[in-house]
Amino acid sequence: MSETRELRVGHLYGSLLNLYGDRGNILTLKYRCEQRGIGFVVEDIGLGKTFEPSGYDLLFVGGGPDREQQRVADDLVDLKAVPLREAADSGQVILAVCGGYQLLGHYYREAGGEELPGAGVLDLHTEHPGDQARRCIGNIIARWDEGMIVGFENHGGRTRLGPTAQPLATVEVGYGNNGEDDLEGARQGNVFGTYIHGSLLPKNPAFADYLIGLALSRRYGEEPLAPLDDSLELRARAVAEGIARREHRRKSA
Amino acid sequence: MRLQAAIAAGKLSSLASRVLGRGGGTALPGLVAERLAPDIVARLAGQLGQGSALVSGTNGKTTTALMLSAMVTAAGLRPLHNRSGSNLMRGLAATFVAEAGVGGRLPGAEKRLGVLELDEAALPAAAKATNPRVIALLNLFRDQLDRYGEVDIIADRWREMIKGLPATTTLVLNADDPSVAGLGEGATGPVIYFGVDVPALGGEREHAADIRWCPRCGGEFEYSTVYYGHIGIWRCPTCGNSRPRPQVVVNGAEQEGFAGTSLVIDTPGGVVTAKTRLAGVYNIHNAAAAVAAGVALGLPIEALAAGLAGTGAAFGRQERFELEGKRVTILLGKNPAGFNQLLRTLAAIPGTKHLALFLNDGIADGRDVSWIWDVDFERLKGQVASTVVSGRRAADLALRLRYGGVSEEMTIEEDLEAALDRALANTAQGEDLYILPTYTAMLRVRELVARRAKMPSYWEAER
Repeated sequence: MSETRELRVGHLYGSLLNLYGDRGNILTLKYRCEQRGIGFVVEDIGLGKTFEPSGYDLLFVGGGPDREQQRVADDLVDLKAVPLREAADSGQVILAVCGGYQLLGHYYREAGGEELPGAGVLDLHTEHPGDQARRCIGNIIARWDEGMIVGFENHGGRTRLGPTAQPLATVEVGYGNNGEDDLEGARQGNVFGTYIHGSLLPKNPAFADYLIGLALSRRYGEEPLAPLDDSLELRARAVAEGIARREHRRKSA
Repeated sequence: MRLQAAIAAGKLSSLASRVLGRGGGTALPGLVAERLAPDIVARLAGQLGQGSALVSGTNGKTTTALMLSAMVTAAGLRPLHNRSGSNLMRGLAATFVAEAGVGGRLPGAEKRLGVLELDEAALPAAAKATNPRVIALLNLFRDQLDRYGEVDIIADRWREMIKGLPATTTLVLNADDPSVAGLGEGATGPVIYFGVDVPALGGEREHAADIRWCPRCGGEFEYSTVYYGHIGIWRCPTCGNSRPRPQVVVNGAEQEGFAGTSLVIDTPGGVVTAKTRLAGVYNIHNAAAAVAAGVALGLPIEALAAGLAGTGAAFGRQERFELEGKRVTILLGKNPAGFNQLLRTLAAIPGTKHLALFLNDGIADGRDVSWIWDVDFERLKGQVASTVVSGRRAADLALRLRYGGVSEEMTIEEDLEAALDRALANTAQGEDLYILPTYTAMLRVRELVARRAKMPSYWEAER
C-alpha cells in the first residue's frame, strides 16, 4: 500500500553543514517521494540535541566549512555518535556528503595537524596534507554498482578506507577519496559516504531511488518504486558528464 | 625607461585587441605592461595627487565604487576608476596604462583620485601597491568556493593585510557584517563603521545564511534584525561582543521597487539625503559604504548626496532597457546571497513576472553550480507568468526550479540568443521581462539586449 508509506528524514546539523547545495539532496528525496504519493518529513537535528534512531528512516549529514566542522565534531562525539552507531548497526540508511563523510570516520586531521575525532561509523580516516597541498576541486564521474554518479567535488582532506569499509564507487574522472587509489566514497552496511556534491542526488536519480527504496524497505518490506520521468534529470547529468570529460581530456592532453 | 616601454606595449596590445574585435581588452594590456614593469601600478598610483580608495567585498563592490566615483566627480575631482569590473591586479594595471601618457605621467594628476574595486583575493597585493587613503570592506559571503576554497580564507588574508597597513590608511567597515566589523580590532589607523538602523527593512533568515561565530568567545551571534544573509544588528549573548556603533548610519529608507530608494544617512559632518536609482537592501548598504568612504576622503556632504542620486545601475546590475515596447531589466546574480536579494526585490513587485534565467559555469561564474540549490527560488512561487532557462547548465537550473515548485512549465534552451528570443516572445508589449544571468552569461545577454535596444555598447559608451 504505497499511499501509506512515508519517508522520515533526519538532517544532522542542517543549519551548519549545508555548504555545497546540500539542500538539493533533501529536495530530491522530497520530490521523488511526493511524485509517488509517498509521504515525506524532514527534521533538523542540530547542535546540543541527541536523537532516537528509530524515529527516522534515513539520516543525512552534509558538508561545511572547516570552522563549522570543528564545532560539529565535539557535539557529534558527545551526543550523536552513540545513536549513529546504533542506527548503523541496525541497518538504517545514512548518507553523508563531503565534510559529513569525513566526520563519520575515525578522525579528521586538519591542515594544522589538529585531530578531530569522528563518529567512527565508517572504517576510514581523513588527513589534510597541509595548506600548501592542492585541494581536490572539479567535476567528477564515478562508477558504482548500478551505473554512473556525476557531480562536483571540493575537498582538502584525503580519505583512506580501512578493511571494513567498501568503496562506494571507482573514479573515472576526478580525484575521489584521495586522488591516488581511484576510489570514491565508502559503503559499510547501509551507511554511505561520498565527496560528490553539486548536489549529489538531483542528477543521480538511480542512486537517489536506491537510497529511498532501501530506507523504505526496512519499515514496509520490499516494494518497487514507481518509475518517474527522469528526462530532465538525465539531461542535466549528460551535460555535467560531457563537461567533466572535456575538462579531463584538456588536462591530460 | 622600463615604465614607458611597459605603458607603450600595454596601449598597443589594447589597440590590437580592439581592432581584432576582442572587446575592450580589459586585462591583456595590464598583463603585458605588468610583465615588462612589475611595479607599474605602484609607480602610477604614486602620482595620484588625491591618493586612492579601494573597495572590496563579495557583493556590491562595482556599485559602491560607481557611487564613490560619482561623489568624487561631484566634489570637483577626477576619479581614476576601473569601471569595467576588471578587478584583479592586471585589471588595475590596464586601467592605469590606459590613463597614463606614453611618457609615463598621468595627465592632470594633482586632481585625480583612484577609486578602485578589487577582487577579494587581489586586495592585499593592491593595498601594498597603491598605499591607499581608504579601504572599504563591504561583506563576506560564500561565493566561488571552487576558486577560494572557503570564506574564512579571505577573512584571514584581509586580517594579515590590515596588520601591515600604514596608520594613514582609514578602514571603512560594515558594522552589520560581524566578520567584516571584527576586522576593526586589528586596525593600525582610523576606522569608520557604516551600518543601517532601519529595522523595518529586516526579513526572515535565508537558507544560505552562514552562521557567524563570535571570534572572542565562540558563542553564536544573536540578531535583533537580519537585513539579509548574516548582515544585520548582531550581538554575542555569551560575552557581550556586539555590532560597533556606526558613525555613518542609514536612519531612513523608502523603497520603490526598481525605481529606487530614498535614503537619509547620518554622518559626523551632517545628514545626507538622496534618492538613489537602485533597489534592494544590499544597495542601501552599498550607499552607506560609499558615503562612509566619501567621509573618510573628506568629500563635502553635497557631493555625497549628488553622487548617490546621480548613480545609475552598474553594468548588468539592475540595468533597464526598452526593447520592442517591453521593459527589460538585467539582474546579475552571482551567489546565493546576491541572488536572494534580487528575488526578494522581485517578489515585492506586485503581479506575475516573465523570467529568463541564465546559468553558466565558467571560471568567472564558478565552475561548481551547486550553489543554485542554496538560493531561495521558492520565494517566487505563484508569481511566475513564464520561465525560460538557459546557459551551459540550463538543465541544472531547470531541475532546481522544478524541485522548488517555482515553475511547472518552462522552456529549456541552452543557446543564449534563442532563449532571449523566446523570453521576449513570452512578454507582451508594455510588460516586464526580468533577466537573471550569472557573470559570463550576463556579458553576452547584455550585449544582445543593448544591441537590439539600439544602445551603444558599454565599451563605446565608456570611452
